[in-house]
Amino acid sequence: MEVAKQLTLINKEGLHARPAVKLVDTANRFKCEIVIKTDGREINAKSMMSVLTLAAANGAVLHFAAKGDDAQEAMDAIEALIAAKFDEE
Amino acid sequence: MEIRRGIPVSSGIVIRQAFVLDSEDYRIPRRFVTDKEIEGETERFKQAVKAAESEISNLKQDVLRKAGTEVVPIFEAHLRMLLDRQMHDDVISHIRNSGFTAEYAVSKVFRLYTKNMKSVKDPFFAERVVDLFDIQKRLQRTLLGAQREDLSHLSEEVVLVAHELTPSQIALLDRTKVLGIVLDGGGRTSHTSIMARAMAIPCVVGLETISADVSGGQTVVIDGNRGIVIVEPDEATLRKYQDAEGKYHDFSLSLLKYRHLSAKTTDGVKINLLANIEFPWEIKGAIENGASGIGLYRTEFLFAEECKGVSEEEHYRTYKKAMEEVDGRELVIRTLDVGADKFTDARSAERSQEKNPFLGCRSIRLCLENPDVFKAQLRAILRASALGNNLKIMFPMISSLEELQQAKLILADTRESLEKDGIAYNKNMQTGIMIEIPSAAIIADLLAPEVNFFSIGTNDLIQYALAVDRGNERVATLYKPAHPAILRLIDRVVKAGKKAGIKVAMCGEMSGDIMFTILLVGMGLQDLSTAPSVIPEIKQVIRSISAKEAKQIARRALKFQTAEEAIDYLIEKTRKILPEVY
Repeated sequence: MEVAKQLTLINKEGLHARPAVKLVDTANRFKCEIVIKTDGREINAKSMMSVLTLAAANGAVLHFAAKGDDAQEAMDAIEALIAAKFDEE
Repeated sequence: MEIRRGIPVSSGIVIRQAFVLDSEDYRIPRRFVTDKEIEGETERFKQAVKAAESEISNLKQDVLRKAGTEVVPIFEAHLRMLLDRQMHDDVISHIRNSGFTAEYAVSKVFRLYTKNMKSVKDPFFAERVVDLFDIQKRLQRTLLGAQREDLSHLSEEVVLVAHELTPSQIALLDRTKVLGIVLDGGGRTSHTSIMARAMAIPCVVGLETISADVSGGQTVVIDGNRGIVIVEPDEATLRKYQDAEGKYHDFSLSLLKYRHLSAKTTDGVKINLLANIEFPWEIKGAIENGASGIGLYRTEFLFAEECKGVSEEEHYRTYKKAMEEVDGRELVIRTLDVGADKFTDARSAERSQEKNPFLGCRSIRLCLENPDVFKAQLRAILRASALGNNLKIMFPMISSLEELQQAKLILADTRESLEKDGIAYNKNMQTGIMIEIPSAAIIADLLAPEVNFFSIGTNDLIQYALAVDRGNERVATLYKPAHPAILRLIDRVVKAGKKAGIKVAMCGEMSGDIMFTILLVGMGLQDLSTAPSVIPEIKQVIRSISAKEAKQIARRALKFQTAEEAIDYLIEKTRKILPEVY
């Protein structure tokens, strides 16, 4: 199963340390492959190193794509996390 | 093989392995393993990761106790970075596919991550780079164990690659081990560059990302003549440069033979070769290179830290030391010439308030506006003059007769105050000015009667006359010492000096460029002050020509309508004398 979704960061500081950790942890809970497409690159959402190079600020639009059995679950979880502003504010 | 171009600030060719300062404070001694060691290396890496993991977890607990939950996420992020599967895969594939040692693989991979992160504009991520270093260091500490080397314990000759170096760091380098320097930042006139030149260490700066792109242990070629840096040269390139390195080394050695020979033309005209320095400790090296004195002692370093300048005592101590070092030879001290490009970072805030610092309140203008600061330096110089008649004073950036007269007035004031205090000074101390503002060159005839000597500062003279900012890459190529306007200005100044019976010297970079030696001698300049390292080759040119021929060449050169024609002509004439330099 493949699921793709465009999500916009709405928390004030964007994808800095704490949110990045939460995003990577959330992604790692699932078996499916999860990537973030940006600038012609594909970032592995389960890799902290890779996610950090995203430098996504408030307002950034991230193109998520999940591939695998639990892809939908994964996408829902990520969407919820972003909507909740990573439980920051 | 990667070829990078930067700014050449100190000549010479060097080929050695890199020692990278910045992301590693240590050097990677071994880069490759044999096939059968590969699995062992991947194991080593995995063990190092485990060790780092438990270190960070303990640290996290510690920090939690001491500082609460606030900073814990930092260590959580570190743990995730450390345990990142992508990173492990990248390192292990380097080990398996390229046969790298674990430490070299880690170094390579982290270097790439650092580069990616640095290229992201958000400053937050520039800071994350620090986290990367932290994690890498932790891993390397386990992997390298007791094999760590740092800059003060080098066991091999290396080329130093760094983001930046402070003058103090350069001063402390072991010059028998650090044979070349390559930097991300810096420009021609930064203090670091000046020091590298003074210490004759081949140096290229302004490479922007070189410290992130080179790994410790990689072979680096520095071509300090042309500003080229080559990382991991291929066979052909390596051979070409080894050849050049050898030739240059022999050439440099052969030049030292000239040390004790006089700088006389074939028809007996003696040229005074002097040195430009920043610190008293450079004097010894300058004399060893054949300098017969110091034609320009820049005093800006004394003002580098403090906005107000140092105390009169500290000035005096430094000048006294310089007098001791020159031991009776000529010593020309230039008063404060602090300007836009010489300030350290702490002052750049102040600098940025002026829209046009080069045309602003700097140098002598600053001194005339701050007589107390000026007088402190003048008093110290005058007091030092009591130690010998060889001490001379020089005012920079004089643009008008009034300015000169004002400066002389303050000097006279200072003399009076010393007399009142009963402190000795040389009443006959020679006073001169730098000719570096075009207006001064044009009214040189009006200024000559007021001074004992001129010293032509070509660096600024050329910039001001041609309206070119040398540091601006967009116009830097317009900076042409051989421009007919410049040649005419120099000629004018020399003639005005001769007419008034005063000495005319030159202390800008042009005087140290062998392409112009014949021209300058031919124009009648008999005092050239340069960076100590080039004195031998200038001497060689002088000893190989007759002043008569030089005069003819200069006359011809002055007739050309473009800088290109003049330069081609001068190169042709110089090549005949010193073919090995080109």
